[in-house]
Amino acid sequence: MNSGTWRPTASWDVLKQRADMLRHIRTFFAERDVLEVETPLLAQAGVTDVHLHNATTQLRGPGMPAPTTFYLQTSPEYAMKRLLAAGSGSIYQISKVVRDDEISSRHNPEFTMLEWYRPGFSDRELMAESEALVRSLLNCPAAEYLTYQEAFIRTLNIDPLSDEGVAALRQRLVADGYDGAVDETDSAETVLQLAMSVYVEPTIGRERPCFVTHFPANQAALARLNKDDPRVSHRFELFYQGLELANGFWELTDPKQQQQRFESDNQERRLRGLPEQPVDQYFLAALKAGLPDCAGIAMGFDRMLMLKVKAQHIHEVLTFPIERA
Amino acid sequence: MANYSTNEFKQGLKIMQDGEPCVILENEMVKPGKGQAFSRVRIRKLLSGKVVEKTFKSGDSVEGADVVDIELAYLYEDGEFWHFMNNETFEQIAADEAAVSDSKKWLVEQDVCTLTLWNGKPINVAPPNFVELEITETDPGLKGDTAGTGGKPATLSTGAVVRVPLFVQIGEVIKVDTRSGEYVSRVK
Repeated sequence: MNSGTWRPTASWDVLKQRADMLRHIRTFFAERDVLEVETPLLAQAGVTDVHLHNATTQLRGPGMPAPTTFYLQTSPEYAMKRLLAAGSGSIYQISKVVRDDEISSRHNPEFTMLEWYRPGFSDRELMAESEALVRSLLNCPAAEYLTYQEAFIRTLNIDPLSDEGVAALRQRLVADGYDGAVDETDSAETVLQLAMSVYVEPTIGRERPCFVTHFPANQAALARLNKDDPRVSHRFELFYQGLELANGFWELTDPKQQQQRFESDNQERRLRGLPEQPVDQYFLAALKAGLPDCAGIAMGFDRMLMLKVKAQHIHEVLTFPIERA
Repeated sequence: MANYSTNEFKQGLKIMQDGEPCVILENEMVKPGKGQAFSRVRIRKLLSGKVVEKTFKSGDSVEGADVVDIELAYLYEDGEFWHFMNNETFEQIAADEAAVSDSKKWLVEQDVCTLTLWNGKPINVAPPNFVELEITETDPGLKGDTAGTGGKPATLSTGAVVRVPLFVQIGEVIKVDTRSGEYVSRVK
């Protein structure tokens, strides 16, 4: 062990700004009558998402004589939606979440998420509220709003929602040396995600925060589909200065559709040789009981702080990153 | 040779790409919150020296390259090959012009060099950081100028040309930094 590795990687100044930011967020929501809640980090189910990996642990105790697997949550989404179904009204949470297999200059496996839900809000209204929070935290200019399709057309002059567009993106990626990452066998979803990362993201949200709205239906996750245009969903993301800051949905409330998405996730997992994941039955039961019409968003707290203090690496805003934990 | 998954990628790892051994210079995971993770690496191709970027899906495997660095003493050149010897086993290895390339002007007999072997064959020769060589040719220069402003070109016994201060003369041995090709000092 190196002699200095017991020390924190963040400076005291950044840690003070971290505390200020937490206080600021709590005031922001208190003024709007949004209730702060806490939900479990450990649950009997994780997510089925093909690209999210739950870390697990085993627990025992009275009533649990055999070691029982618990999933560290990748986001407090399911539990918070159970609260919404139980009648909580508007809620927010600032919590640690854990995502296995994610380490980089902007990823730490354990990180802090700010997540909130607004019954009665559409995705538009929630984006406006998110913009207000981000602007008050970062003192930045007003946000720009682009649809996913517009963002691609502006950057590449390619329509990501058409089959021809996806084919053109696939060709372009291969020609640009990304042949190790995509080939003919990859889904439209994978092609779009890589093209978004390497072509679109570097061009958006440079000067001002940028909401990318109307994500394609194949990447809807837990968002409802657009009634007027079934090719897109009510999913949006927020980008600023090269960082993906937040992901939000006008939430899917239909339990049948939700169950189908879980099943198709597990089917995709089988195809990729990944373990299938148990489905969170409490969450499905809550959806059946009735999730109020609502919009929700998850925002990376550490990344917000990175922008605030102009950090190049997530280590600069954490006390002890995974390498020192 | 073993395969490496993207999670084993790190600086210095040797992998095969486009039929050529390469060394990883930088590795960064790129991952949208809900999307596929990719590993973006910057690699240097060890034969051509080209630096390129490559992107792989996280979890994919890449063939490793059997590349090792060994330290050998330089012996002599025979017009076609440059010969090196392991000072412990006395085993000898010959490197061709492509492997020696620009390093040949810094090769001094008995100096220990770092040879990069791919499948046992030398593909690169790195001289020591500092070598001492005799000046075979340079203008007499001005007497009394010790500040070394500007300097003058000097040809060394290996044919290398470096800029030296004006007071340095033919027949003197000088120390040169092979990484920058710059004069360091006179050697008494």
